Amino acid sequence: MSNNIVLKRGLNIPIQGAAALKTSRTVKAGTIAVKPTDFKGFSPRLLVREGDRVLAGSPLMADKQCPDILVTSPVSGSVSEIVRGEKRKLLEVRIKADDTVEYLDFGVQNIAGMSAQQVKELLLKSGLWTALIQRPYGILANPEVKPKAIFVSAFSTAPLAADTDFALGSEAEYVQAGVNALTKLTEGGVHLSLSAANCSSTPFHKIENVVSHTFEGRHPAGNVGIQISHISPIRKGETVWTVSLLLLAAIGKLFATGRLDLARKVAVTGPVAKNPSYVEALPGMNMKDIAEFYDNSKGDIRFVSGDALSGTSIGPDGSLGFFDNQVTLLHEGTEREILGWAKPFRFNQFSSTRSYFSWLCPKKRYAMDTNVHGGPRAFLMSDCYGKVLPMDIYPIYLVKACLAGDIDNMEKFGIYEVLPEDLALCEFVDPSKNDIQAIIAKGIDLMIKEMA
Amino acid sequence: MEENTAKQPGLFEKGGKLGWLHSTVDAFDTFLRVPGTVTRTGAHVRDSIDLKRILIIVVLSLVPAALFGMWNVGYQHSLTFGLGWGFWHNFWFGFLQVLPLYLVSYIVGLGIEFAFAQVRGEEVSEGYLVSGMLIPLIVPVDVPLWMLALAVAFAVVFGKEVFGGTGMNFLNPALLTRAFLFFSYPSKMSGSFVWIAQTKANALADATTGATPLAYLGECKEAVAPLTDHFSYMDMFLGTVPGSVGETSVIAILIGAVILLWTGVASWKIMLSSVAGALFVGWIGNVCGVSAVPAWAHLIMGGFLFGTVFMATDPVTAAQTETGKWIYGFLIGALCVIVRLFNPGYAEGMMLAILLMNTFAPLIDYCVTSCSVSRRAKKAKIA
Repeated sequence: MSNNIVLKRGLNIPIQGAAALKTSRTVKAGTIAVKPTDFKGFSPRLLVREGDRVLAGSPLMADKQCPDILVTSPVSGSVSEIVRGEKRKLLEVRIKADDTVEYLDFGVQNIAGMSAQQVKELLLKSGLWTALIQRPYGILANPEVKPKAIFVSAFSTAPLAADTDFALGSEAEYVQAGVNALTKLTEGGVHLSLSAANCSSTPFHKIENVVSHTFEGRHPAGNVGIQISHISPIRKGETVWTVSLLLLAAIGKLFATGRLDLARKVAVTGPVAKNPSYVEALPGMNMKDIAEFYDNSKGDIRFVSGDALSGTSIGPDGSLGFFDNQVTLLHEGTEREILGWAKPFRFNQFSSTRSYFSWLCPKKRYAMDTNVHGGPRAFLMSDCYGKVLPMDIYPIYLVKACLAGDIDNMEKFGIYEVLPEDLALCEFVDPSKNDIQAIIAKGIDLMIKEMA
Repeated sequence: MEENTAKQPGLFEKGGKLGWLHSTVDAFDTFLRVPGTVTRTGAHVRDSIDLKRILIIVVLSLVPAALFGMWNVGYQHSLTFGLGWGFWHNFWFGFLQVLPLYLVSYIVGLGIEFAFAQVRGEEVSEGYLVSGMLIPLIVPVDVPLWMLALAVAFAVVFGKEVFGGTGMNFLNPALLTRAFLFFSYPSKMSGSFVWIAQTKANALADATTGATPLAYLGECKEAVAPLTDHFSYMDMFLGTVPGSVGETSVIAILIGAVILLWTGVASWKIMLSSVAGALFVGWIGNVCGVSAVPAWAHLIMGGFLFGTVFMATDPVTAAQTETGKWIYGFLIGALCVIVRLFNPGYAEGMMLAILLMNTFAPLIDYCVTSCSVSRRAKKAKIA
């Protein structure tokens, strides 16, 4: 069964600094940080101490509620530092990497002969269980649950996102292995969404054992949440899992080679990135390891792990997140523009509306910075949000329900179907400058607390 | 032109010596310079659009109607009293008549907005810039200034601030100002005397000379002659007829409408459905013999077009859902013409039609969203 779904609503953000399709070098891991905060719903119990020696695949932390869920080291070396924040919250486990990575051997698997239980056990043991994200709420998958289906998006429409074919095209066989393993965990099958633009040329159109779909449209057409809402919307009481193509390949590699190999091509992008291109790196790579891409002598760069819309700001000493294969470097826009809003033209600013004239140059790319371009206000406009959200929900009603903490209305207006990233564009276009993703995240936290 | 001020602490910032004034200072400061704030969470980059830009576009779109209104005030005065003034004389007379209305509207309205923002410690919202621009255009030019001040104060405090300020109100503040004036001081707001600016030297004595086209509407049951004897349709289209300051010229309003629609600031769905509603009821009126005035004439008479373009489309008080906007707009147009056809005592139905639909907009939205929610639920059961 294959079908093409055309999404009319959405917006591609024309930001400068797309990565050239070449791998400039392999980043040699110095110190790798493993961050439990990458995993929503994970409350870490530390399993190592400073000075302990670990291999790639050795457990570092376990979940307090479900001790089978492990977070493992992506690299071999010794635990150099345990970073804690306020109230001793565990923020990072830092590992001084060896020169050559030694892998813990999980054994090459014959997937066809494995039972669901065996697949589950291997994923848990290797730490790759954390790659599975459970919806509603976007939390760690619960091993006790059998999901309705598993969804994978095989393309990304996020601003400056890594080109899927370039970054992962050579790993199609591992993706296939990953699919074969994950189909054992659900009866609804694995759904793979391809971009209609290259659905016949991409290496992933040959993946078997999946229900494939094609999507056509602007961002957020590549968001798995949007795709689910068009394939099979999540209703109250239902559970689905999602996994990124990147980590699906890592899962396949685990089964095919017996190793936890999280190495990936990372796109270093953004308007202030010098010669933006790809590097081979591990999750947890420190920003200082890619110093040739930026000049932060003025301290005015924002380091984002992920894309410019829903990535995480990690700071100059931060490290790449577990799920990310993109770094976005942005200028901190603290400058104050004189009479900005009153100027008839603002040639170097992008607006999706016709209130400015950037619609006259649809091909132009802008050096966007982190300035908010206005002060926070109450919601005034009503039509700009729906135009960038190709889902059958009323975004502002949902946001207002979240603000009010009104569980009934949050349910009615579709809180089960969305994650903050799905409404990132609503936040981008919002003339009232509200932090819509943060509001949705707070609403989801409330749901988790109240519905537990 | 640009400087980095993020790190300098200021006299007026929170915690500073005059920190309690920070809302007011901030309002003027951000008026001149875009704030240097950066995103904290979520989308790291943002669209350059903000409410200041959106609202200034609405203000700009009102400028043609305001300028024409000023000229027309002088023209009507000159015409009525046979003064034979030229173009600039007309305009200057009107400008001097309308300017005090603007001063009162903005000083009173913005004063209250600033005071409330100050007390709440919030930033001053720009919403009143539009309301303040609208109010002088929808009142008779001779309205006493103290009445206008009182009405503005009432509308801003009880129409907006008690609900939490711009964005939280459910009635259009500009129309509320007009409604307050109309119900409190009907003698200054209706009849035939109020629409022409009068001076001490030139005061109206003849009861018929100052009437607006709508005043003749009730007499047009069998034929349109009572209306067309006084005004040609072309006059009404150009706007050289008596009426509220900004509402008379269809051309000036259409220029504004083009700006609003082109920039996407106002909803074309509301405008289109409002026109459709008016034509529909006007057509029924023609067919049933209630009125001989052709349906399309309602579009160019009185405040219909001004209300449709600038008031019904107020995003805060209109319906919020796209389907709701069709219903909301249609009912405004329909109600307006119903009032015109069946209430000869007060023929201008636009104000009441919009205020009534403002009140019902949340209900329309509730129905639309409920339908959508139950439709989704049904779909889920099938799947």
